[in-house]
Amino acid sequence: MSFDSDDFALFGLPRRFALDAAELAARRRTLLAEVHPDRFATSGAPAQRIAMQWTVRVNEAFERLKDPLRRAAYLCELHGVPIGAEDNTTMPPEFLIQQMAWRETLDDASTRDAVEAIARSLDAHRDQAYAELAHALDDGGAYDGAAQQVRALMFVERFAGDVEDRLEAMEA
Amino acid sequence: MSKTDSKRWKPDVALLQISEPGASPDPHQRRHVVGIDLGTTHSLVAAVRNGVAGCLPDAEGRVILPSAVRYREEGRTEIGQRALDQAAADPRNTVVSVKRLMGRGRDDVGAVLPYDFVDAPGMVRLNTVAGPKSPVEISAEILATLRQRAEDTLADELFGAVITVPAYFDDAQRQATKDAAELAGLKVLRLISEPTAAAIAYGLDNASEGLYAVYDLGGGTFDISLLRMTKGVFEVVATGGDSALGGDDIDAALASWALGQGGKVAANPHDQRAAAVAARAAKEALSGASEATFACALGGLPFSLAVTRADLEAVATPFVERTVAAARLVLRDAKAKPSDLDGVVLVGGSTRMPLVQRAVGEWAGRSPLIDLDPDQVVALGAAIQAEALAGNAFAADVLLLDVIPLSLGLETMGGLVERIIPRNSPIPTARAQEFTTFQNGQTAMSIHVVQGERELIADCRSLARFELHGIPPLVAGAARIRVTFTVDADGLLGVTAREETAGVEAKVTVKPSYGLSDEEVARMLGESFRTAEADMVARSLREAQVDSDRLLAATATALADDGDLLSPDERIAIDAQMARLGAVRGGDDRFAIDDALKALSSGTEAFAAERMNRGIRRALAGRRVEDI
Repeated sequence: MSFDSDDFALFGLPRRFALDAAELAARRRTLLAEVHPDRFATSGAPAQRIAMQWTVRVNEAFERLKDPLRRAAYLCELHGVPIGAEDNTTMPPEFLIQQMAWRETLDDASTRDAVEAIARSLDAHRDQAYAELAHALDDGGAYDGAAQQVRALMFVERFAGDVEDRLEAMEA
Repeated sequence: MSKTDSKRWKPDVALLQISEPGASPDPHQRRHVVGIDLGTTHSLVAAVRNGVAGCLPDAEGRVILPSAVRYREEGRTEIGQRALDQAAADPRNTVVSVKRLMGRGRDDVGAVLPYDFVDAPGMVRLNTVAGPKSPVEISAEILATLRQRAEDTLADELFGAVITVPAYFDDAQRQATKDAAELAGLKVLRLISEPTAAAIAYGLDNASEGLYAVYDLGGGTFDISLLRMTKGVFEVVATGGDSALGGDDIDAALASWALGQGGKVAANPHDQRAAAVAARAAKEALSGASEATFACALGGLPFSLAVTRADLEAVATPFVERTVAAARLVLRDAKAKPSDLDGVVLVGGSTRMPLVQRAVGEWAGRSPLIDLDPDQVVALGAAIQAEALAGNAFAADVLLLDVIPLSLGLETMGGLVERIIPRNSPIPTARAQEFTTFQNGQTAMSIHVVQGERELIADCRSLARFELHGIPPLVAGAARIRVTFTVDADGLLGVTAREETAGVEAKVTVKPSYGLSDEEVARMLGESFRTAEADMVARSLREAQVDSDRLLAATATALADDGDLLSPDERIAIDAQMARLGAVRGGDDRFAIDDALKALSSGTEAFAAERMNRGIRRALAGRRVEDI
């Protein structure tokens, strides 16, 4: 285990998509209790600098592992399949049709109930997509398919953000 | 509802520490540190004494110092209550709520303030009878008063201070606060967020665990922070707020409503101040009573009006609604629901308003916790954290894990913002970004850093322009400049740059948009009548000696614990550096001490890194055992 270990090794977790969020947070606390600059406030500049570097490293890994989509992308990369979202913009036609349908429904939704209905259907879609992703990564080792699923979910998450913005605007 | 000014925590530890700090064999072992709440309306200083955190009173027994500074002729300055008493009589020279001006430009502050602003870009400056004053200098007067109070009470020079800032303060506001502390001769151990400080005091007091929201509505700032408390670790999950929303705004709205009711206008700065003071008094009375009188002198004539709590609540509702909207957003950022909360803690004087307590209760679906004095809890938490950072024996085992409140971004083509560090990222953090030149032979470039959540540069706050120099002249697009943005544990931004193809370190010059440059701070330090030159020399020598003692003690402990990590040669080198520092530290040659200090410091760098690796391996191993 060293500064260059991968995020999973750093946190002492198996290289799997399935992950217990509470456990991840607990491990971050354990690591930061060792390396946080506040632990070295009286130990001179070198120790503080190294503490800062370590803390940055732990925080960076934590953010990456905490977010399911970033975690999935990271797993694909570790297995030699980078996501390369900028270079892989071609999506299957049925996915694009689904996207357009959602967008149109959101544009037409004028009541809170209508927007909430979209949010629910999106949640269901998301849950299923993440379950498939977990299966592809943890059971099948199907990283090419997983990477494609990650790219699709990036669109879905962006759309989910728009739906939340709309709900927020209706609440205010 | 509120406790007295001292708060107990870790009572078992308090019992263990029976001797006075001064009576310990080596008085220098104990470092005197304080926590300071530099507030919009008032400021406090607290310290842990005999295991108990308490606010330090002035000679008259008052713990609260009104954040008011009055400049008078011939360099005389009044600070606190005496200044506040003259606020209406001498509004131009009496600065109140200076916190709202920290790191702000002329366009950011409302036109209704009774000051004579200097017409210049950058951070605002006020013309006073004592000359132009920056908010940093004005805040430094308040901090210096508190420092003096602490040194009188503790009968020793301070080793350092933890100073609190609103969680929602941006980089310019934080940096201005740190500069003010430096001007006041205070070493800043850490800037921490006010709600986090409150959570420490509250959490340790109640041994709380779980997810807590801290709702902090002060005189001029509003914060809402979500924290997870686990065995002494205070982890900020998300934070939000408004650094220009507070009780002051409610006062101003109430004053304008009351004047409107009576068909009056506040025609001059005196009247404006008098109306604001009357509004505040009426507002405070209405926290307990259902009816109060708004009374002030306008143009020398008395004006009074009966105000009911319902009147006040009608005026205050829009402001309180803004706070609740921010609270909702924070929960959304944390992907949490109100029902996930284990408690809601109220901080700040404005939370005494029944309207606020009701609104927060409705939002959270539970009664907020109000069993700590909302004025003192922030300073107490800061004192506890200061004690932990100073490494004093018996300090509470506290670890703060904070986040950055506002996204950091860069200006790109077409006035757009590219986000580099999103809000609520845990700090310290760092992100690297690569740039290239777009002209042949280009050797310099400018990077504009902004803070905010919007897509357009114009909607974000400008923080600074970083100019990179020393880029090797290459054809356009060939240079690869890797710029690293770091946010340290104080929440402050730093930038370093490196040209990758030639491997040269590019020189970075910082031009803060609303801050003071290093040169300005140095000049103010030089001008400060408080720091005569002889004092400065003596102080810097003492600081070098203290630093030496710290490093020698830390190295000795490190060698005792992990000396086996070193080869015999490495050990000999470190021993020699320690001996050299030990030989010069008692003398008065500041430069010899600095040299030896630097040598030992860099000589132990690799060792420090090895130790940290070992610590992490140990931590991981310990956890695996637990897992079984």
